[in-house]
Amino acid sequence: MITQLGHFSLVLALGIALLQAVLPLAGAQTGNRQWMGVARPAAQVQFVLLAIAFASLVWAFVNDDFSLLYVASNSNTAMPTIYKVSAVWGAHEGSLLLWAFILAIWSLAVTIFSRSLPLVYVARVLGIMGLISVGFLLFMLLTSNPFEAIFPAPFEGRELNPLLQDPGLAIHPPMLYMGYVGFSVAFAFAIAALLGGRLDAAWARWSRPWTTAAWIFLTIGIVLGSWWAYYELGWGGWWFWDPVENASFMPWLIGTALIHSLAVTEKRDTFKAWTVLLAIFAFSLSLLGTFLVRSGVLTSVHAFATDPERGLFILVFLGVVIGGSLGLYAWRGKQIRSSGSFALLSREMLMLLNNMILVGLAAGTLLGTLYPLVMDALTGEKISVGKPWFDFIFMVVSPFLILLTGLGPLVRWKRHDRAELLRSLRVPAVVTVLSFIVAAAVFYAGDSPAFKVALGLALAIWIVATLMDNLLGKFANRRMSLAGLAGLGGGYWGMWLAHFGLAAFITGVTVVSAFAQQDDVTVRPGDSVTLAGYSFRFEGVTETRGPNYTAQRGSVFVYRDGKLIAELEPEKRVYSNAGMPMTEAAIDSNLARDLYVSLGEPLEDGSWLMRVYYKPLQSWLWWAGGLMALGGILAAADRRYRRILRREERQRENAQALLEELLDEAGAARVGGSN
Amino acid sequence: MRPARKRRLYLVLLILIGAAAFVSLAMWGLGEYKMFFFKPSEVARGETPPGRAFKIGGLVKEGSVRRNGKTVEFTITDTLADVVIRYTGSLPDLFREGQGIVADGRLNADGVFEATNVLAKHDENYMPPEVAEALKESGAMPPHEIVRPKPGEPRPLGAR
Repeated sequence: MITQLGHFSLVLALGIALLQAVLPLAGAQTGNRQWMGVARPAAQVQFVLLAIAFASLVWAFVNDDFSLLYVASNSNTAMPTIYKVSAVWGAHEGSLLLWAFILAIWSLAVTIFSRSLPLVYVARVLGIMGLISVGFLLFMLLTSNPFEAIFPAPFEGRELNPLLQDPGLAIHPPMLYMGYVGFSVAFAFAIAALLGGRLDAAWARWSRPWTTAAWIFLTIGIVLGSWWAYYELGWGGWWFWDPVENASFMPWLIGTALIHSLAVTEKRDTFKAWTVLLAIFAFSLSLLGTFLVRSGVLTSVHAFATDPERGLFILVFLGVVIGGSLGLYAWRGKQIRSSGSFALLSREMLMLLNNMILVGLAAGTLLGTLYPLVMDALTGEKISVGKPWFDFIFMVVSPFLILLTGLGPLVRWKRHDRAELLRSLRVPAVVTVLSFIVAAAVFYAGDSPAFKVALGLALAIWIVATLMDNLLGKFANRRMSLAGLAGLGGGYWGMWLAHFGLAAFITGVTVVSAFAQQDDVTVRPGDSVTLAGYSFRFEGVTETRGPNYTAQRGSVFVYRDGKLIAELEPEKRVYSNAGMPMTEAAIDSNLARDLYVSLGEPLEDGSWLMRVYYKPLQSWLWWAGGLMALGGILAAADRRYRRILRREERQRENAQALLEELLDEAGAARVGGSN
Repeated sequence: MRPARKRRLYLVLLILIGAAAFVSLAMWGLGEYKMFFFKPSEVARGETPPGRAFKIGGLVKEGSVRRNGKTVEFTITDTLADVVIRYTGSLPDLFREGQGIVADGRLNADGVFEATNVLAKHDENYMPPEVAEALKESGAMPPHEIVRPKPGEPRPLGAR
């Protein structure tokens, strides 16, 4: 009953989405304000309908309603409730519903926070988001309906992949999708501006907080995914350059470029055409990511053949979105005029280079991800492009990006004096070079990769040094005070924190990739293994039961200098229903290092294979990502946006009042005249 | 030339040079770092590039897994030919006899494949597409291995 209500809501939502797309867009073209006025209520109704649909699917999962094919395939009665809920988006159909629901959430947010925007513009933005929603709902209803019934209903369902039964993965997909779908707002703003022929600083200012908000979610989603892979896959790795990861990383790179390019467009009224293009790319790559990951095309071109209906729909949908928006861009793009001019040494120029590199890195990631597919389709040659290639590309190119990261904030818009720049760079440059030399000298010992380590650390220090230089420069002529620091504004501190996070990230990556140690050992109870000064004593294994699995739980005591510092309990689980074994690593983490133990397999003589890792600065990657996201939050919450919006709203109200007054007077005059 | 035009020319040149450098770097890197995938029968025919790392995929032969402490040896097959694989360390959770796996590493002088990494995908019914392909071509795909069970056929309680 409830699931039928959900299904019905989903169908109804498609109708409302059509309404939300067609009427406001047509109204905006013809100047019909009534039609434009449909946009907001339609988006709100759509939100309610999709919320009902989503809630009823959650209800079906929580109450084990196996009369739904999707529930029966991804859940069973033994699973803990939290994983029943997260199983809603554990597979293709449900994640599409989550996508559509999140799109409705963003649309609702647009209806709430757009009161001060001109109606014609809001109508276009919501109309375009409605169109996207139409595409998704059609795809769902035609090829991937989560409410498809199964008869007779089985007594028991299958199980959610045990790998996904994990708190980290319960929240990772919603975060990632909030990011992916969030770029649809930036996309809709850009397309609406193209349609209206109004690409100005105001457009850039409107879309900045939205773009940053999407970027924040995407950042958090990627960090969560990486963290999950680190502790759940049991290999101690945190990034595998797997197509699924790349699919989330490409929109992030483009989104980062977009944030910077929007800043230039707002402040300097230039880069407009480029910014629009980036907004289109960011969303297109998000779509590509969503579809390709879940439909399995990325693992193999052959996945298309097994499900041609879905494959065809995806191709057509992507073609319409990307082709349509690029076509519109080509048609209207000629009218885009940028007014700001800038010198070779200016912040604009550095931003341009930053954008080039970010887009280059995204293009490289796309190339590496799709190259094997293309080669397979063209020549039948089976190859794979993995970590070594991606590492190579990023290692060669990103140092330039990091140099720019330090330089950018120090250089003024429009034009900067070369001699002045050199003067202000003196201290950061010396600090950077010195730290490179010191690091190279310290770490040059036999086979350690001293050059890479020294380069990585020096680049991180370069960012921090230039950031400090920049901050102190703000107080060159006045005393530093708390009020003064706060007065620098959310935008400034957002930049500062995000860049600082990048520095911390680089430090963490450099140190953990150079100095991590690992050992595979066979142990009997009582045996010890020593790694990086830590002694791991294996105490043995006991059998335990979880709600839907049985586990061999190992007990490992970690000693340092004879003192017990941690008790780790790595597990080897077997999930009862799927019969699937799972390794649960145990980690002792602090700011300086992670100690990581995972159980391998039991051997015939009663001993166990065990893998131990020592990972210095591993946790830096996570909090560095957190700092970047926090920087984004500060930037998006900058009071400036709201202040300007309020002013514009007042102006528009005044203009409206004036107009009405004039009309009244004219009317009164006419009435008076006829008398 | 006016300074503004000159500047634009510099800019375009700079971007072009940068893009060209990046593209050549990426293509050179692809040639250098890409890994080929081979089936056991291709390895047996000696079609693999000498001294280079590559990937190999096939089914783990029943009864072929021999563990000697940390080191494990097993045979994979595409039913036309077998290759012995040696690996040190823990095997992935889903490694099982009769299951498809992909390994990367190098062939040593004795014709044993020294694997640096063994992958069995994390889904008990999943077969790496290369393996499925290799098996299909040799006509030896066990039917229960090709077909992912339809999600519409939930298994009864307790069934493996």
